[in-house]
Amino acid sequence: MAKIIVVTSGKGGVGKTTSSAAIGTGIALKGHKTVIIDFDVGLRNLDLIMGCERRVVYDFVNVINKEATLSQALIKDKRTKDLFILPASQTRDKDALTIEGVQEVLEELAKEFEYIICDSPAGIEKGAQMALYFADAAIVVTNPEVSSVRDSDRILGILQSKSKRAEDGKAPIEEHLLLTRYHPGRVALGEMLSVSDVEDILAIPLLGVIPESEAVLKASNQGTPVILDTASEAGLAYMDAVDRLMGEERPLRFLEVQKKGFIKRLLGG
Amino acid sequence: MGIFDYFKSKSAPSSASVAKDRLQIIVAHERSKRHQPDYLPQMQQEIIDVIRKYVNIGSEDVQIQLDNTDDCSILELNVTLPEQN
Repeated sequence: MAKIIVVTSGKGGVGKTTSSAAIGTGIALKGHKTVIIDFDVGLRNLDLIMGCERRVVYDFVNVINKEATLSQALIKDKRTKDLFILPASQTRDKDALTIEGVQEVLEELAKEFEYIICDSPAGIEKGAQMALYFADAAIVVTNPEVSSVRDSDRILGILQSKSKRAEDGKAPIEEHLLLTRYHPGRVALGEMLSVSDVEDILAIPLLGVIPESEAVLKASNQGTPVILDTASEAGLAYMDAVDRLMGEERPLRFLEVQKKGFIKRLLGG
Repeated sequence: MGIFDYFKSKSAPSSASVAKDRLQIIVAHERSKRHQPDYLPQMQQEIIDVIRKYVNIGSEDVQIQLDNTDDCSILELNVTLPEQN
């Protein structure tokens, strides 16, 4: 039985696609056959982040409309074994995704894959609801910032009421908090919500904390998931998060302020 | 943070703690509304329309609140009637 994991947030620009790419790659690196689906119809970007934009021929909507088979649309990742990408279409038709169509594709994927990662679009509209509807687990990507935290809480409400598991009265979707763009220095100065502040408000288990890192932009420039940059704190923090998702214990790291010299601190550097 | 920041007043709460307080309030408020049935806004409008047939009131003069306790739901209706002339 495949596990369906939605990566969602409500708010845009918090790192859903970056996180989907990193976590999907991380799970595949552990030897599990994984597919990442881009649900952002009209604004596809997972292909760029994964560096396979020039290999897109058919997409998710083509498969739903039976214009292509699943194996024609799936893109095999060149770097990571056991990893596939199903791109979104660039059509502007918002109704391209239907519950029945999505269900059919997910059922077919479930025969072949162990993990199905659904990269949700921003917002709480149809696309986002479709991405989370069939999920077994949710990774709620949140920035330590008021609007992101509020929107995450909103999405948690939708996970608990509008998902298939909720409608069928089954065990609720497993919820995981992934705090991204975390800046320990600003937290220490009282300028940014801390990990425990966000945990207090959202009250869901913490999957990981990804520090603000230059490596993320560098990775997206190059079309490489940041988790493959094992020299970066962000890459290592994502790997820790994947380990925790697989049930392993990993202490949190990169949450301390990096020590600055006395002179630098005095000058406010 | 430079040397001059050390002289600033320490009494003002940090912006992060302000953010946390604001979030706790708004999130609690929004969660309490989350379990309201979908028909509530329409029912509220219809109740207002019925009252308006008899008394001249504005929509802001009616407050409707649904409170759920363990096994009991209370629909509270608060109508401010205009002063008698």
